[in-house]
Amino acid sequence: MSANVPAELKYTRSHEWVRVEGGVATVGITDHAQHELTDIVFVELPQLKRQLKAGEACAVVESVKTASDIYSPAGGEVLETNKAVVDNPALANTEPYAGGWFFKIKLSNPAELDSLLSAVQYTAQVTGA
Amino acid sequence: MKRTILYNSHVKLGAKLIDFGGWEMPVQYTSISDEHLAVRNAAGLFDISHMGEVTVNGAAATEFLNHLLTNDVRKLSAGVGQYSLMCHERGGVVDDLYVFGLTGDSYFMVINASRTEADLAWMEARAAEFSRKIDLRLSDASHNYAAVALQGPRSLDILTQCFAGPSTSCKRVGKVADLKKNDLSGFTWRSVRVMISRTGYTGEDGYEIYGRAESIVEIWEALLTAGAPMGLKPCGLGARDTLRTEACYPLYGHELDENTTPIEAGLGIFVALDKGEFCGRSVLAAQKDGGTSRKLVAFKMTEKCPVPRPEFAIWRPGSDPSPIGRVTSGTQSPSLGMGIGMGYVPPELAKADTRLEIEIRGKRYPAVVVRKPIYRRA
Repeated sequence: MSANVPAELKYTRSHEWVRVEGGVATVGITDHAQHELTDIVFVELPQLKRQLKAGEACAVVESVKTASDIYSPAGGEVLETNKAVVDNPALANTEPYAGGWFFKIKLSNPAELDSLLSAVQYTAQVTGA
Repeated sequence: MKRTILYNSHVKLGAKLIDFGGWEMPVQYTSISDEHLAVRNAAGLFDISHMGEVTVNGAAATEFLNHLLTNDVRKLSAGVGQYSLMCHERGGVVDDLYVFGLTGDSYFMVINASRTEADLAWMEARAAEFSRKIDLRLSDASHNYAAVALQGPRSLDILTQCFAGPSTSCKRVGKVADLKKNDLSGFTWRSVRVMISRTGYTGEDGYEIYGRAESIVEIWEALLTAGAPMGLKPCGLGARDTLRTEACYPLYGHELDENTTPIEAGLGIFVALDKGEFCGRSVLAAQKDGGTSRKLVAFKMTEKCPVPRPEFAIWRPGSDPSPIGRVTSGTQSPSLGMGIGMGYVPPELAKADTRLEIEIRGKRYPAVVVRKPIYRRA
């Protein structure tokens, strides 16, 4: 299928997206990821104030069949988590880039974002191009 | 991996395919929850061609099967079936299955796909030592049959669109609507005989259709076409699992295995101790009298929490040093929107309303024992 891959976001190989605004990164899972998982029934998010490292497993998204780890795309402190997606996990399926966001971190080292994938690079990875 | 005759149909429908006991089978076509709810609210169609079939014939067939199986096949007249279990001498389960009486001294057994080889080896060994083996013919008929399961409240309406006439063998009925639960009859599909039973594994009313590969492909397409306006969806193994877990039907390899007895699993009503000697009888009789060290319970999570899954530890609330049991089946129930499951616990904790805790990724979450089935049609 042709997954939605917004051009202004950055991506990880493990199917997280990142939106950066003034040193704060918002993180969620991509349209490709939600499409693979289908019915998301539970989302477990990191504790506020937790210090994350780039690549660290920090959240879990569960579908009926499996539980998948979510990895932080960069290092920083967890500032906010999305109560709406905890209350209604299906938001991660229906609005992966909007209402279904997972958490925000205060970036400790913004330069880490340079090693993330662009929309073009992520699209190439998921389409095998 | 092996493929059923419906493999191309699954691919055409965009199914996600997985390895199930060596068979390449659809786990879902759209979403497990959607398929599950279709079965509860309208109807779903499952490919069950991977199941095994065995025919047992001859003047000694009844005696042999009554020695081999826990339930009493003497209850079966032509075209009637029963759920039963096959146990070894220590009472552990070799397989759970359905056995139908056909005409005369002739029986048709439907066994689990994952156990077909093991079951046949077991049955052939028992047949070889059977004193009346001259009057017994056992045959692996799995290659002769493909099969589909049509399940849900609309299943009779949909089936009637494709099967209008009377039965031609086994239980004589004027139309499919006259089949009672557990009945099996031969019907005609485009001049070819197929067998239809009113059985299923979802907790809904439904039918299972057995026939030659080419007929089953045609029937699959015909049912999907006839059923589409009534909400019929093709359903995969993912929904099959959530449906049977809600209904508390055991799955071999989870609730049942060679180290578990039907009594521990709460299936004592399918063990006919009074019919005479059968394999495993002495152990099962002792357990029915004296109790078992563990019992299968159904449970529901009592708050929103991660999903309980097979192998997760079950704890008593409090400060015990170790868990008291293990989850055998667990999932998020699409019908109830909560985590549910089954597992083995000590008998003193098996009463409904007993509080338990399920350990999920290192944390313990509250659950409660509930009566089976977990989901019941209102």
